[in-house]
Amino acid sequence: MPEVTVVKNTTTTPITEFRSKVAPDWCPGCGDFGVLSALQKAVSNLGIDNKDLVVVSGIGCSSNLPGFIKSYGMHTLHGRSIAVATGVKLGNPDLNVVITGGDGDGFGIGVGHFIHAMRRNINMTYIVMNNQIYGLTTGQASPTTGRDHKTKSTPLGNIEYPFRPEGVALMGGATFVARGFSGDGTQLTQIYEKAIAHKGFSVVVTMSPCVTYNKLNTYSWFRERVYKLEEENHDTNNFEGAIKKSLEWDNRIPLGIFYQADKPTYEESEAAYRLGPLSKQKLGLSKEDWNTLYESFK
Amino acid sequence: MANQNRTVVRVGGAAGDGIASSGDIVTKTAARMGLWVYSYNSYQSVIRGGHVYYQMQIGGGDKVLSHGDDPDVLIALNQDTIKRHASKVKENGAIIFNSDKIKVENIPLQKNVQLLGLPVNDLTKEFERNPIMQNTVDNGALVYLLGLKWPTFEGAIQSIFGKKKVEVAQTNIAVAKRGFEFAKTHFKPLNVSLKGDGKIRAVVTGNSMFAFGALTGGCKFYAAYPMTPASSIMHWLAPRASKYGMVMKQMEDELASMNVIVGASFTGVRAVTGTSGGGFALMTEGIGLAAMLETPCVVVHVMRGGPSTGLPTKTEQADLFQDIGASQGDYPKAIIAPISAADCYHAIIEAMNLSEKYQTPIIVLSDLYLSEHAETVTDGEISSDIKIDRGEILTEWKPSDPAKNDSTIWFVPKNPGDYLRYKDTPSGVSPRVLPGTPNAMFVSASDEHDEEGIVISDVFTDEEIRVKMMNKRMRKMVGLEKDTKGPIVTGPTEADVTLIGFGSTYQGLEEVRLALEKKGTKVNHIHFRTMWPIHAEETEALLKKCKLTIDIEANFTNQLAKLIRMETGYKVDHLVRKYDGEPFGFEDLLKEVEACIKKGRVPSKSADLVSVR
Repeated sequence: MPEVTVVKNTTTTPITEFRSKVAPDWCPGCGDFGVLSALQKAVSNLGIDNKDLVVVSGIGCSSNLPGFIKSYGMHTLHGRSIAVATGVKLGNPDLNVVITGGDGDGFGIGVGHFIHAMRRNINMTYIVMNNQIYGLTTGQASPTTGRDHKTKSTPLGNIEYPFRPEGVALMGGATFVARGFSGDGTQLTQIYEKAIAHKGFSVVVTMSPCVTYNKLNTYSWFRERVYKLEEENHDTNNFEGAIKKSLEWDNRIPLGIFYQADKPTYEESEAAYRLGPLSKQKLGLSKEDWNTLYESFK
Repeated sequence: MANQNRTVVRVGGAAGDGIASSGDIVTKTAARMGLWVYSYNSYQSVIRGGHVYYQMQIGGGDKVLSHGDDPDVLIALNQDTIKRHASKVKENGAIIFNSDKIKVENIPLQKNVQLLGLPVNDLTKEFERNPIMQNTVDNGALVYLLGLKWPTFEGAIQSIFGKKKVEVAQTNIAVAKRGFEFAKTHFKPLNVSLKGDGKIRAVVTGNSMFAFGALTGGCKFYAAYPMTPASSIMHWLAPRASKYGMVMKQMEDELASMNVIVGASFTGVRAVTGTSGGGFALMTEGIGLAAMLETPCVVVHVMRGGPSTGLPTKTEQADLFQDIGASQGDYPKAIIAPISAADCYHAIIEAMNLSEKYQTPIIVLSDLYLSEHAETVTDGEISSDIKIDRGEILTEWKPSDPAKNDSTIWFVPKNPGDYLRYKDTPSGVSPRVLPGTPNAMFVSASDEHDEEGIVISDVFTDEEIRVKMMNKRMRKMVGLEKDTKGPIVTGPTEADVTLIGFGSTYQGLEEVRLALEKKGTKVNHIHFRTMWPIHAEETEALLKKCKLTIDIEANFTNQLAKLIRMETGYKVDHLVRKYDGEPFGFEDLLKEVEACIKKGRVPSKSADLVSVR
């Protein structure tokens, strides 16, 4: 079994350690600023060393995030961030892996990887900045765009029904499912901290308004509807209750942790890690092992 | 029979009859007798039923180079096999069959074909029935017919069933003995003398060599999605990998398989994936990603008949251009097409080394025939003594003037002492660091970026940086050309006839070349193992000396001949092609090549075409 590092909140890393050389190029007022800030605070509060953090993203406005945080990072292909991140974590489980991206990246082109990552329970965190629109391609409908919403690609109103990522995450087997709002930085930071500290695959869908292309789901639209699950004594161990809460939308939108469970991770269950992280092992076979394998061909 | 020291055995039946496993026993027996064996399993995309056959050529003396043509011995496991193959059994050959259920009637046979009808029910009545009983009886008769050594045959059975199934092995041996004794009493042995050289040989397939080579060469992560004919790499690794600290990960699709190895490789892991053309199509964007992130990775591409789902269980060499054109944009890469099962072992190790040295994707191009056929290798053809070249990896980075990260705004200033992940160097290769290294944090981006890795495509696309970074990456091709070899030439440097081919057809073309040579033709053979870079100058110089060139490929468009023309301007004289899904047979190919030689140089604009069926 690999050694599992449960990060404790005893020492913190100065938040300035996570400032990068690149100024974010998001539109002024973009929800993603709140996400970046909360993520930097969360890893700082958790005392994670920036050399041991890898932030992996796909493509889209929100997927530019790794460039704006000082750590190791990969800015990969549209929809493939989870697959790449899976490789990073399986390559070296000692690293803290955070995946960031948008709703189009994660629930459109990349939804296959999303589903399969959950059933593997690899110890990493997936932060989806959900703005319910394609921003970087200038405003087409996304999988989470609401019914009847008029966008560039749905000028008469969207005739599809929106994808419900939190419910899918629960059914998919994610062991930590939460929703945050980039308009509430304090709560968002707390959720990210818990998600990153969670052992297993954690999903945090973060409502992150697009101020340029989504004039419907704005900060004020959310503020009128959101409430905190913890204030209503939601039990995060209750799977059915979590499913029920994940169905709430339109009039009341719950924020916080829906569900959390303790299950063995992929890394804990894979025998190869008895010999340590793959990236730190000696390469190749001993002469003895080689001969045994070769003789088995005879 | 032309060659008294070699023979061809074909076992035919339906899927589920256990053909491959009984073929494996005979192959192992011959290999352990110090004979050469080359076996090929012609199967269909069904789990039960259909028609399948397993063919092996067994011989002493010189190495056997193919699975041979028409059989000397046919083992028919059902009536359908008689209908399809009995008339092809060569003069003085034999047909072995279960006379309880199979009849050889109304079939035109060649001269002196011996019919070995075995009363399987009678011979096995005191044994508990099992569906592959007749295979075992037939195998026993075959051992007698070919004069194989009985104790070696027993050993092969024991080794295949293993220590866990000792009783099953014993029953099989006893049942086979009935076939052996019955044949000995009623029939005469085949006029063949199979004398081994005493060296116990290993029996390997191309895919088992890819897997073994990967493990030996330090691959720690193999990810793939099941796809024939690449899946047996996964199957070999799955029960063995974790013992050696390697993860064999089945992914949800080929998009994931490709991208997950890019992630693993980013952390410093030697990572490999394998697939066939359809899966490769899905991987191409990820291959471009690896090239842009300058992250090493190896993709094993095992071709089958295309396009689309095509011929899932049949061989073809029609994906060469798919590999050369894989992914959008220009980027450095190499494509290596191994030429024998043992060479698959060498090729994958070479690919991993090149990939880490040049931090770019390397494709290993195989096909169903090469990956799935079994052949014998002699000790020393592969060994544990291999070179692992990890390329330039920095284990630490000390910035000359550590940046003061006390900014309260969103970003901090650049520092000239910072680590440059994509430093412009004379070789084009930038020494890399692995995540976890202090002071060297960087972001690898699929967007065009500068030497530090900072994206240049968003706010302002800096043309100068773009050109500099393209040049830097493409410069790796110079090193890749130096570190790979040009075409392999066998036979005299000056010849009247030149055979051209790539990858899996090497041994088959050698067989044809040697036969022509024996007949007095001055013939050589130019074979491509490095498909990219093609080594254009060297290739052109070689071809200019040729008097008559014949390009032989298992595809419809002779893609190699096109590539040669594209890169050197040289036009091949004759194009020989095969795309029916079966590998080239020696006699048919020899006939076609001889016809091309007879026609001589073709003055017309386009090359002369021959399709081999």
